[in-house]
Amino acid sequence: MITYLEAIREAQKKALESDPRVYIYGQDIAAFGGAFKATKNLAATFPGRVIDSPISEDAMIGSAIGAALQGMRPVIEMQFADFSTVGFNQIVNQAATMFWRTGEPCPITIRLPSGGTPGSGPFHSQNLEALYAHYPGLIILTPATVEDAYSMLLEAIALNDPVIFCEHKYLYYHLKAEALPSAALPVGKARIARAGRDATVVTYSAMLHEALAAAEELAADGWEIEVIDLRSVKPLDTDTVLASVARTGRVLAVGEAWPWGGVTAEVLARIATDGFNLLDAPPMRLNSKDTPVPFHPNLWGTHRPTASTISNALRDLLRL
Amino acid sequence: MLHLAEAPSRAGKTSDFPETYRRAYRWMLLARVAEEKIASLFRGGRITGGVFLGKGQEAISVATGLALKQGDIFAPLIRDQAGRLAFGESLHDFTLTYLGARSGPMRGRDGNVHRGRPREGLLPMISHLGAMISVVNGMLIAHRFNGKAGTVGAASLGDGATSTGAFHESLNQAAVEKLPLVLVVTNNQYAYSTPNERQFACSDLVEKAIGYGVSGHSIDGTCLEDCMNGIGEAVRQARAGHGPQLVVASNLRLAGHGEHDDAHYVSTHLKNLPLGRDCLENAQQKLLQNGWAEAPTLELWARECAVQVDEAVAYALREPAPDPATEDWCAISHRHLADGNNAAI
Repeated sequence: MITYLEAIREAQKKALESDPRVYIYGQDIAAFGGAFKATKNLAATFPGRVIDSPISEDAMIGSAIGAALQGMRPVIEMQFADFSTVGFNQIVNQAATMFWRTGEPCPITIRLPSGGTPGSGPFHSQNLEALYAHYPGLIILTPATVEDAYSMLLEAIALNDPVIFCEHKYLYYHLKAEALPSAALPVGKARIARAGRDATVVTYSAMLHEALAAAEELAADGWEIEVIDLRSVKPLDTDTVLASVARTGRVLAVGEAWPWGGVTAEVLARIATDGFNLLDAPPMRLNSKDTPVPFHPNLWGTHRPTASTISNALRDLLRL
Repeated sequence: MLHLAEAPSRAGKTSDFPETYRRAYRWMLLARVAEEKIASLFRGGRITGGVFLGKGQEAISVATGLALKQGDIFAPLIRDQAGRLAFGESLHDFTLTYLGARSGPMRGRDGNVHRGRPREGLLPMISHLGAMISVVNGMLIAHRFNGKAGTVGAASLGDGATSTGAFHESLNQAAVEKLPLVLVVTNNQYAYSTPNERQFACSDLVEKAIGYGVSGHSIDGTCLEDCMNGIGEAVRQARAGHGPQLVVASNLRLAGHGEHDDAHYVSTHLKNLPLGRDCLENAQQKLLQNGWAEAPTLELWARECAVQVDEAVAYALREPAPDPATEDWCAISHRHLADGNNAAI
C-alpha cells in the first residue's frame, strides 16, 4: 500500500532521478525531510539538490523563477499553503506574468500543503486554489487520489508553465492505494469518479471523498449520483462538466474553500452561461463557511462540507 | 551629414582608465540625451504611460553596467538607462518599448522601463520593489548548479526599496547561499516624495550590510570615478567568491519620480549641497581638467548621441503597434492547457 504523501515523495524522487534540472527548495526539507516528511531521505539520495531555505517565502519563489529562467526545474515546498501568501507577489506578479511579458517559459512547481485537518486552525488549513486561479499565467492542480498525486506532480514538474500544486493534508495519511499508477489522465481532464444519472456533484481534492460517501448514502435510497473530480481547477474541464449536466439536469458544486468568487462559483457560472438549457433545477453549491477556519474539531467539522451536508444538499436538489 | 561614430564597445576590454572613463561618459551622455528625447515626446503626448528619468543617476548606473560582463546578470530599476546601454541593451529596445511597438522586446504587452531580455541576462523589472533581487539569486543558483563559475548578478535599488520585505528576504538569502550578488542601492534622498527620515532610521543604509553578514561599500554617486572604482571593486569581490556586496551610492534625484511629477518637495538645501551636483557635468569637467577629452570632442560626442537617438526614435515610430485582433491572448506556454473560458468571454 502507498499513501497520498508517499506518492508525492515518490514523484519527487522520480523527478530528481530522471531530470538533472530538478531541485527542491523549502523550509526544513533537507536532513529533516520536511514538516510532513514529503522529502524524507531525498537529501541523502540526491546531495545538493534538496535544499533548506530560510523562512523567506518571497525569496524562495523569486529564486525559483530565476533558476527556471536559466533552465532549471525547481520544486518549491511551502510548509503550509497558508504561508504562500508571503510569497504571493512573486507567484502572481513575477512567475505568472513572465511568459506573457517576455515569451520565456517559467517552469516552476509550487507545492502547497492545503486544506483542513482537525486542530490546525486558521493559519494551517487554508485552500487557496481560487486565489491563484484568479491570476492568468498559472496552472492549478488539485489531486484527490494517490494516483493523481503521483502522476500530476510528475506532469507539473515537466510542464513549462508555473504550476500551483494543491496537495491536501487530510489525504496525506488517510488515503492509500495499492500501487503507483503506470498511466494517467493528462492535466486538464476531469474524471468521472462515479457514474450516475439523477444529479451531478462537481468537486475536487479532499471533498471528492466526502462527495463519494454522500453518493453512496443516496444510492441506498435508489438515487444515482454522478461525481466529477475536476483534478485541475485551472484549466477547468468545462466540457466534462457540461456533458454530465446534460445527462443529469441537476448539479451541486462542492469545495472546501471559501465561497466568495471561488471554484464552485466559477463552475456554476460556466454551467449557467454555457449550459442553462441543460438544467432541470437551479444549480447549487456548498462550501466552507465564510469565516476563518476554526481550530476546535467540533467547529471545524461543521465549518467545511462533509458527506452528511453534501447528502442533505443533494436531497434538496433532487426535490427541486 | 554627420558621421555616426562607432558605438562604444562593451566594458572589460581595456585596463586603460581614461579610455574606460570616456566610454562611461559617452554611455551616460547617450542615456541623458535619449531620456530627454523621450521626455519631450511625453510632453508632446506621443508616449502612453509613464516616463522615468535617470537624470543625476547615470554615473552609478553606467558603473554597474560597465563592471558586468557577458554571461553576468543585471536587474536594472527605473533609472538605469545608462547601465542598460553599457550592459549591452540596444537603444532600439528603449525606443521600441517606450513607443509601444510590436517588434520591441515586450511587444506592447509591457512598457517603458519594464523591459528586458532574460536570455541575455537582462531582467525585465516588475513594479514591486525589491522583487527582482531573489530572481537574480535564483539565476546565480542555477549557474552554480550548471558549473558556470565566475559570473556575477547585479540588482539596482533605490532607498525606498530597502524598506521592503523582499529586500530583506533576498539579501539574507544571498548571504546564506554566499551568492555573487551585487546590490547597488542608490540613495537619491527621496522615494517618490518620501524623504530618507520617513524611510529608515539608521544613519547610513550601508550599515545594513553588517546585519546581513555581507560586505558594504559607500560611494559618491555624483562622482563617476568613485562609482567606477567602488562598484568595480564590489563586482570584483563578488566574482572572486567573497559573497554578496551591498553598495550604497548617495546622490540627489535631478528629476521627478516620473515626468508626471514636478518634484516640488525636493529641498533646496539638498540641491545646494555637493550631493545635488549633476554627475554628468562633474564627469565632463573631469574629462576636460585631466585632458582626457577636448571641448570639440565633447561637442562631437553630443552631436553623435543626438543623431543616434533621433535614428532610434524614428525607427520605433515607423514600427507597427500591436494589433488586438492578431494578438495571441494566451498567458501560458502550453496552449492546450489554456483555460477554455477565454472563448466564452
